[in-house]
Parts: sequence; structure tokens; C-alpha cells
Amino acid sequence: MQLWEIKGILEAELLWEPVDLQLEIETAEAADLMSDVLSQSIGGELLLTGLINSQVIRTAEMVDIKAITFIHGKRPDAKTIALAQQKGILLLTTNLFLFEACARLAMRGLTGSSGTIW
Amino acid sequence: MEERVLEWDYEIEGKDFRNAGKVSSKVKEIMKELGFDPDFVRGVAIASYEAEMNVVCHAEKGTLHFAILPETLRIVVQDKGPGIPDIDLAMQEGYSTAPLEIREMGFGAGMGLPNMKKNTDELDISSTVGEGTVVEMLIRTPPSKERSE
Ligand SMILES: Nc1ncnc2c1ncn2[C@@H]1O[C@H](COP(=O)(O)OP(=O)(O)OP(=O)(O)O)[C@@H](O)[C@H]1O
Ligand SMILES: [Mg+2]
Repeated sequence: MQLWEIKGILEAELLWEPVDLQLEIETAEAADLMSDVLSQSIGGELLLTGLINSQVIRTAEMVDIKAITFIHGKRPDAKTIALAQQKGILLLTTNLFLFEACARLAMRGLTGSSGTIW
Repeated sequence: MEERVLEWDYEIEGKDFRNAGKVSSKVKEIMKELGFDPDFVRGVAIASYEAEMNVVCHAEKGTLHFAILPETLRIVVQDKGPGIPDIDLAMQEGYSTAPLEIREMGFGAGMGLPNMKKNTDELDISSTVGEGTVVEMLIRTPPSKERSE
């Protein structure tokens, strides 16, 4: 699934630009625990989270996450956004709650790292 | 092509959450630049980051030594801090003494040390209560890897 589709499905806003809207996202994961993100041997390329501190960006960087979606209208501060931009990690924010955001993406065919939902 | 030892030393500041992860980011950049396999790089970066975060979360300050040896990578993270009274207990999944402020940032699940073990070939921890902790990690480089230098 390409980034522009994800942005549309989640009615999300980009937090820094310009970005490549054709970026291919194959898998997603959702977590509020950075330890969980770090303990997955193969994580997702998109992370959905309710956390907005700069450690989310650092953690994403370590595990090669390409894009992060903050849920419930959350926005990190300017320094955190700048760090993500520097690292080339795309940031989106959606007003949806975590479950709704995940459900929408899954219904449109995006999966987790196992490659299947069922 | 002669084999040389490449090594780097970095400082880690305790409780400096804004800069936490910077050192492991450097380690990751170096490895990427040297052309190591991305999956291998990810595992090393995770181990390094978990060790670095432990200094930030639990100690006052520390250093990270990163060396690329002919067949192994070596990461030594040494800190000045409270030390770990019971290392076997600390190694257990889910054991954590992290305070609320750390948990609120998404850490403190007690998964860092087990995760370091998972991503390394050897993990050696020695600690003196009231003085500090030394974590040494060895990771064998993938045999298929041929680096051009
Ligand atoms: N460098 C250190 N200095 C002092 N205590 C430490 C250090 N590293 C780990 N510990 C102790 O060991 C416990 C377990 O560490 P571990 O990294 O597994 O989990 P955590 O740091 O609490 O949480 P997580 O790593 O999941 O964010 C810590 O809660 C702390 O009590
Ligand atoms: Mg830890």
C-alpha cells in the first residue's frame, strides 16, 4: 500500500513535507510500548502509536520503520518532528483512535509482519 | 587488503532523554556505511540502543565502545550508577525498576536485557552496587559478508 492511500484512509495530515507519497508500505504495527517495537525481529514499516516523545523516532530509526502515524490527533513537538525529518522518517497524524486506525488499514488489506490478518 | 581494527568511543549522559539514542544512531550509520547487511545492522542497532537506554534510564553517565574486529563486533557499555544487585533477576523478561516517567515514554517493560541477549552472540554483565555496570556484547559478523575497503 502506498503512503498516499494510507493518508487518505486515515484522513491523516503529514507533519513534514515534501515526502514521497508513493512510498510503498508493506506491513504495519501498532504499539505504545517501545520495548515491544524493539523486541520484534521483523517489525512493520509503518508504526501506529499514541506516544509522541523523541524516543519514538529513535526507536523507529533503530528498527527501520519508514513512517509513523500518531493517533487521536496527537502531535510531537517541533524538535521531534525535525529529528524525524533529518532521519527521513515520515510522520502522519490522524484524529482516529488506535483501534479504528488499525481496523481501517486492515480492512483495506494492510497486514502486520506475519503478512496475514487471519 | 589488510585487516585493521576500527573502533569508536562515545559518551552517554544519564536522564538526557532528548539525546538518548544518538550514540546507537552513530553505530548504525557506521555499519550502514561499511555495507553490512540491513537485517544484521538492525539487530546490532537494537542491542546497542537497549544498552544505551539502560544507561540513560538507570545510571548517571556512561560510555559506549564500539569495535569492528575481523570476525566480530564488540560493544562495551560502561556506566557510573547504582549497579545491578541481582543480575539473574534483571535478566528476566518483565523485571523492571523503571519509574513512572520512564514508563510514560514507552520504556520500562523489563525487556531490554533479554532483547540484548537475543540480538547478540555473547552478553556479559558485571556490576558493582553503588558503582556501576559494564555490559559487553559480542556479535559475530555474517560469514557471507564481503566488505570492499
Ligand atoms: N545500567 C544499569 N544500571 C543499573 N540498573 C540497570 C542497568 N541496566 C539494567 N538495570 C536494571 O535491570 C532492570 C532490567 O533492565 P531491562 O533493560 O531488561 O529493562 P528496563 O530497562 O527496566 O525496561 P526496558 O528495557 O524494557 O525499557 C532495570 O529495570 C534496572 O533495574
Ligand atoms: Mg532497558
